[in-house]
Amino acid sequence: MSELPGDLQYTSDHEWLRREDDGSVTVGITDHAQSALGDLVYVELPEVNQEVEAGGDMAVVESVKAASDVYAPIGGTVVAVNEALSDDPEAINNDPYGDGWIVKLEPGGDEGELLSPDAYQALLDDIDS
Amino acid sequence: MDNYLDKLIFEKSREGRRAYAQAPDTGAEPDIPEAFLRSDRPRLPEVSELQVVRHFTRLSQKNFSIDTQFYPLGSCTMKYNPRVCNSIALLPGFAGRHPLGPVSHGQGFLSCMYELQEMLKEVTGMQGVSLTPMAGAQGELTGLAMIMAYHKARGDLERNEIIVPDAAHGTNPATATMLGCVAKEIPTGSDGDIDIEALKAEVSEKTAGIMLTNPSTLGVFERDIIEVDDIVRDAGGLLYYDGANLNAILGKVRPGDMGFDVIHMNLHKTFSTPHGGGGPGSGAVGVAERLLPFMPVPVVGRKEIDGGTVYDWLTEKDLPQTIGRLSGFMGNAGVLLRAYVYMRLVGRDGMRRIAGYATLNANYLQARLRDAGFELAFPNRRASHEFIVTLRHEAKEYQLTAMDIAKALLDYNFHAPTTYFPLLVPECLLIEPTETESKETLDNFVNAMADIVKRARDDGESFKEAPFNTPVRRLDDVRAARQLDVRYDPEGGADA
Repeated sequence: MSELPGDLQYTSDHEWLRREDDGSVTVGITDHAQSALGDLVYVELPEVNQEVEAGGDMAVVESVKAASDVYAPIGGTVVAVNEALSDDPEAINNDPYGDGWIVKLEPGGDEGELLSPDAYQALLDDIDS
Repeated sequence: MDNYLDKLIFEKSREGRRAYAQAPDTGAEPDIPEAFLRSDRPRLPEVSELQVVRHFTRLSQKNFSIDTQFYPLGSCTMKYNPRVCNSIALLPGFAGRHPLGPVSHGQGFLSCMYELQEMLKEVTGMQGVSLTPMAGAQGELTGLAMIMAYHKARGDLERNEIIVPDAAHGTNPATATMLGCVAKEIPTGSDGDIDIEALKAEVSEKTAGIMLTNPSTLGVFERDIIEVDDIVRDAGGLLYYDGANLNAILGKVRPGDMGFDVIHMNLHKTFSTPHGGGGPGSGAVGVAERLLPFMPVPVVGRKEIDGGTVYDWLTEKDLPQTIGRLSGFMGNAGVLLRAYVYMRLVGRDGMRRIAGYATLNANYLQARLRDAGFELAFPNRRASHEFIVTLRHEAKEYQLTAMDIAKALLDYNFHAPTTYFPLLVPECLLIEPTETESKETLDNFVNAMADIVKRARDDGESFKEAPFNTPVRRLDDVRAARQLDVRYDPEGGADA
């Protein structure tokens, strides 16, 4: 299992969140999540300007094993989606914290329950034991 | 090697070649107006009778099937379906009956269907049964539609939430969504039972009902079923029983006695129809008293007239609040007849033996696999008719995933168990041996499973490319999902 990036926040549903300098946040799924799902074949993205609430459905990732909802880690408005994933869903497998980002949100409304890298690592250790 | 025998039947076609057994009877020209006749020839293969026989016999030999191999596909109940059920369903009086024929010409068929309704009521503890849903998924839709019709008839219009445990079949939330409801997922505890506190927090005046299968897809019996019942009912919701796992409790426990309001039964699965190929099926529904007025029509009724018994269709006239019709006639008659014959053959005692042996086989296989070193997902629970093994350690230590072992089993002449379902158990195999397998078959399966792990552990063998000896090797799932192409182009041949 690779090191968790220290500059991100996480959710217990295996999403990650990065706060950008312009105030927006970038969201994706973690290395653990992509590894558990296996090879991704399809990503359903939300519409730009769509409002999301913390813990609500935001996107769907589908692998050869299963389809799984991606939940919004915080409330806000979708300002950008990673269109490249439509043709290249495996970017999430290859680079979950980089090219595999899923949406950018403009925060607004409720903050969900976010985990520090250490707290998320503890959650993963717990799953593994 | 480009084997001629493996070509598509279209590629074997040569103009003018005939299979006389399949040739149309040209004795009487059909009386069809010129305007409706086609002018171009249909693209059908032209092959000899022997070519047809060889082609399809070879195809059937490539199949993994219950006729040839152990098929422990969890949640699917791939058991042996006695041949006699099929032969009786194909008697000329049944097979030749026209669905639009007058009821006086179909009294035999209707009496069988009436008795089937009565037997299903008895075995499920419900007050009414409608045989008309054509498949399990349609049965689910029917069941929920009746629940929603019930709330609507009472003017209870705000209820639109259906509670579904996270271990449920994927069809459950899909059914709720199809009916315009919102599926509310509740988690499962580490022992496999529903998280009661989460259920209490989720129910409200918007709760229309809960969809449950018991035993659950985790292969355990929901122990808090009575409490679940009370919580949902106190909130004003109804209880829906997904009959997917009915085989485990046949004749032992009845959903009606557990307090369920509606159940769908996969007759093709529990009651003797070869399945797994996408149909035809039967998703008959059973209802408690409060849902009787909403049953889909037609239902078969019985009347005493002038000292004689007459069977008839009950329709919208008899059930004015019915949710309506689901198909042109009443379900798949052949599947219903097979179920009728099967139930008459096994009888009341036989039903109990089915559940008993299905459970005994599952628990025996579970114990043998545990002793062979496999990790059980719910080690402290008795299995129902199926159980879950997790290969998370084998995946980590020997790079032997659930998919690898499933594929490797094919080389040992076993069909794979269900893989990666339910989703909440990592690297899992859901194994359902059914009541029709012998102890020797179960022992051989354990030996094969243990041998695969041994080869991976002791010899460092990789099964990433397995199976090695099947006619078709491991499929590229990713490419099949992203670039699915199953067309045959007569000019260009099969697409590469």
